[in-house]
Amino acid sequence: MPSEPLIQLRDVHLAFGDNPVLRGIDLDVQAGQAVSIIGPSGSGKSTILRCMTGLLRPQRGNIRIGDTAVEQLQGEAGLIALRKQVGFVFQQYNLFPHLSVLDNLLIAPTKVLGRPRQAVRDEALALLDKVRLGHKATAFPGELSGGQQQRVAIARALAMRPKLILFDEVTSALDPEMVGEVLAVIRELTEEGMTCVLVTHEMRFAEEISDQVYFTEHGRIVEHGSAEQVFRAPTHARTQAFLQHALGEGSQRPSRPAPDVLTNLGRYSLSV
Amino acid sequence: MAIEHFATLWQWSPTLGAGLLQNIQISVGAIGLGTLLGLLVGILLLSPLRPLRGVARLWVQVFRNAPWLVLIYFTSYVFPFDVQIAGTWVAFPDWLKVTVGLALPASANVAEIFRGAVASIPATQWEAARSLAFSRGQIFTSIILPQCLRRMLPPWMNLYAVVTMGTALASLVGVHDLIDSAQIAANTVNRSGFTVLVYFSVLALFFFYCYPIARLTQRLERRYAF
Repeated sequence: MPSEPLIQLRDVHLAFGDNPVLRGIDLDVQAGQAVSIIGPSGSGKSTILRCMTGLLRPQRGNIRIGDTAVEQLQGEAGLIALRKQVGFVFQQYNLFPHLSVLDNLLIAPTKVLGRPRQAVRDEALALLDKVRLGHKATAFPGELSGGQQQRVAIARALAMRPKLILFDEVTSALDPEMVGEVLAVIRELTEEGMTCVLVTHEMRFAEEISDQVYFTEHGRIVEHGSAEQVFRAPTHARTQAFLQHALGEGSQRPSRPAPDVLTNLGRYSLSV
Repeated sequence: MAIEHFATLWQWSPTLGAGLLQNIQISVGAIGLGTLLGLLVGILLLSPLRPLRGVARLWVQVFRNAPWLVLIYFTSYVFPFDVQIAGTWVAFPDWLKVTVGLALPASANVAEIFRGAVASIPATQWEAARSLAFSRGQIFTSIILPQCLRRMLPPWMNLYAVVTMGTALASLVGVHDLIDSAQIAANTVNRSGFTVLVYFSVLALFFFYCYPIARLTQRLERRYAF
């Protein structure tokens, strides 16, 4: 067995008012792994990521990231210490529109970490080259395409030198032809051994890059295992039904498609 | 006949010009003081402390909903003619009182412009900055405020143009502004043709001062609409 996981969630419960969103989530991520969370919209996938970085606070359960017990953090200082280690990439990129691409990368390392601007600048330019946007350093976010903005957002998260990065449906807002360029960057990161947790609707991508896959529905983990196991031989009927629909008419159908599934596809809304 | 009126107008033009300068002086003072006060009140409007928010909200409501002329009379008769500062008596002239009187409603409007600008920054900007480990104060100064200032500029300039037009009320409390100078000119010359001409000139002077501001505001609005 591998050593102590980098991320550990145990019995995490969270409700918005009377509406339970997470109903007992257990999840482990080893350092260096890529883990995908898949499942229908509204199943609590993004909420899990938000809990990990302290943007949301669960009512019950434990979240441990490295040595930090996230659910016990009181006040701003603890959360800041946590977030210095955890990168987050949003569906809607959320770049700072008043800053150039380069300044988007520089502002957090210089202001939050207090690192010297020149050193950070060299690193940031290298990161922009890495996401193939070195020529856009002086552009403003409004001048970039969605795919370019999302790659800047990934570089911005990397500029903080995080231990792990959380990707929250990062291709869902993109035109189909831009999805590939963003996924290529994420694939590269996982190959370099960056710990990544992805919430995604890109099933084939998840299957290709993930070490572990979690399938969630109605705030619970229905099934988890290796990508091979979850995508090729799902054991749970719900997983089979979901993948049947999500993988569509492609070649990689789950091994045992349930015959009754096609009649009630309406409940799964997929945004790609 | 008409030529003669224009010649008289030319003779009076230094007086009218001095009057306009008085209006401009009051308007610049009022928007300056009003902006300082308004930003302070605007920050209080966003305070997490309820009593501070309450005071700020009262300030905004009172001074946004009072007629400007009433506020000008208020400051003109409430404040003394001179004040003692460090042992010496310093005069508190009428034009300064009017400046304060106009700064009060200006500050209430600036506070609302500021509050609106902060509220118009999407919550996702706060979220993105929080996830990059910024503290609340840093988010405000590094991320939110710089975006607000751009958004505030067009409505702020619009407010300045309105304040400038409001300075025309200064003549009612005895300030020698453009309107007052025009009245003196009209009464002295005492020819109805000239009176019409002099008030048309006043209209034109205000228009040519405020119109470029309005045009510039429009251009900035287009430029900063991101």
